[in-house]
Amino acid sequence: MLQADPILQTKDLSVYYGANRVVTEVSLDVLRNRITAIIGPSGTGKSTLLRCFNRMNDLIPTFHLSGEVLFEGNNLYEPTVDATDIRYQIGMVFQRPNPFPKSIFDNVAFGPRINGYNGNLADLVEWSLQRAAIWDEVKDRLKSSALSLSGGQQQRLCIARTLAVEPTVILMDEPCSSLDPIATLAIEELMRELSEEYSIVIVTHNMQQAARVSNYTAFLMAEGDRVGQLVEFGESRQIFTNPQDERTEAYITGRFG
Amino acid sequence: MEEQANSHDRSEAPRPRNRRMWHGVPLERVIGFFLFLCAAVSVLTTIGIVAVLVWEAAQFFGEISFFDFITGTKWTPLFASKHFGVLALVAGTVQTAIGAMIVALPLGLLSAIFMSEYAPNRIRGLVKPVLEVLAGIPTIVYGFFALLFITPLLRDVSGGISVFNGLSASIVMGIMILPMVSSLSEDAMRAVPRSLREGAYALGATKLEVSTQVVIPAALSGIVASFILAMSRAIGETMIVTIAAGQNPNFTLNPLVPIETMTAFIVQVSQGDSPTGTLEFKTIFAVALTLFVFTLFMNLLSQYIVARFREAYE
Ligand SMILES: Nc1ncnc2c1ncn2[C@@H]1O[C@H](COP(=O)(O)OP(=O)(O)OP(=O)(O)O)[C@@H](O)[C@H]1O
Ligand SMILES: [Mg+2]
Repeated sequence: MLQADPILQTKDLSVYYGANRVVTEVSLDVLRNRITAIIGPSGTGKSTLLRCFNRMNDLIPTFHLSGEVLFEGNNLYEPTVDATDIRYQIGMVFQRPNPFPKSIFDNVAFGPRINGYNGNLADLVEWSLQRAAIWDEVKDRLKSSALSLSGGQQQRLCIARTLAVEPTVILMDEPCSSLDPIATLAIEELMRELSEEYSIVIVTHNMQQAARVSNYTAFLMAEGDRVGQLVEFGESRQIFTNPQDERTEAYITGRFG
Repeated sequence: MEEQANSHDRSEAPRPRNRRMWHGVPLERVIGFFLFLCAAVSVLTTIGIVAVLVWEAAQFFGEISFFDFITGTKWTPLFASKHFGVLALVAGTVQTAIGAMIVALPLGLLSAIFMSEYAPNRIRGLVKPVLEVLAGIPTIVYGFFALLFITPLLRDVSGGISVFNGLSASIVMGIMILPMVSSLSEDAMRAVPRSLREGAYALGATKLEVSTQVVIPAALSGIVASFILAMSRAIGETMIVTIAAGQNPNFTLNPLVPIETMTAFIVQVSQGDSPTGTLEFKTIFAVALTLFVFTLFMNLLSQYIVARFREAYE
């Protein structure tokens, strides 16, 4: 069904917090330079699944998993893999904008600095801010605090901050949920542009958004103790116009969830 | 959510409320007044103390030149040939307080980083109470610990160290204020939102980078406030320095010889037999006022720093 060239794959992935299984046997391919949306009701493990891709869940002591998560064909959870290397290649944008309490410039420069970037930092910062469509708004105030920006600007700054480390994949967990419709459209536009160079995975509760921006959509839901099972995965056009599974259809037409 | 709640409130007609009364006065007003009285007690006490200090010190400065007092380096008010150069005592206080900070700052900050960023919950649950026990030990115990345990150790290392010295007092005082630094700094660091840490981890930061480049800068106002609070505590500390540092008002920063701090001098005079009203007795108030100015300055500094960094970081 899907053309090959996946950049991220899960194979029979189950994720647990302590004894609680919150993702159940998910096998999924995320394709290179495409936008993949993960949708589903609240609490069905969307964020958890997303955070497996950059090993963000490692920070939670009770977390463990079975199955595999592959990045460019290599298992991310191999003991020899350094999680900080992974996060450097697979960026993440969070639900609430979380700029550091530093200047706009230092926010973007943070990643390159810790990763030992030795090119021209000012150029890289400008390039990242331009890429994130926020350069014109901040170019005269790079030294002012990032916290003086509006929510939508902060979120684009966080995207710029992610781009500055030049990742290949960008994970976004409900990146627009704290933004107004105009800021949301700006971010969606940005995602479409970015998908030419980056592979993007986005978790969203907004069905229209998933339909608008994503190429592929994965629908997760919970049934009994099978929380976070993948019900359907395919091209977004097909999922939203002609879902194969009646549970998907029920969800996208708003009949439950 | 909030908007919904508001419009909901507005749509309802205002309904009369039963105000509780107390002898014809709204209860809220009575409670407000009562709370005001409680606050007033501590304010009045402070004013009273300051007034007494200033009053007695003014009498002292009626006899002794203020200029000589704050610039002199010889302090011999109890001798036949009297000198009132408070700098000799100030040097003792500054030396021991700074010595204590040299011990408490790095250790306190490092243990705060450990407890806030590195320690698993189980370890933190063990370490934190132990550190806090340190804060509960009476200072007289610390004083004798310094004199009877630390000083002999120091003298084993080098025979040139006097029985009474600033170093031993500094070390033990540093241990005493360490829990203050570590616990307040840790609180400040733990208050840094998780989302900031995640933002940094997501860029490939290591735990050390997250701690030093995100958490500490974001918690800086709280950390600095803890330093200054600990410093005021060290400046005002009495027992340890009285017991271990000596009662020789040497104008020196050498930590190996006997010295005397402002607090130790006050103890010395209050224990002695200087009758009320004599010049010797009044020196207590002049020294106490000096001490008060020091701690007041530290408090103002801490408020300024907290306010300043809050502006920059929140
Ligand atoms: N740190 C954690 N420790 C224990 N359980 C957790 C933790 N984080 C999430 N969970 C549980 O895992 C399940 C899935 O959570 P997750 O956040 O992945 O859901 P989600 O699909 O992203 O939900 P939402 O749409 O509300 O964001 C939930 O039942 C949640 O309570
Ligand atoms: Mg979520």
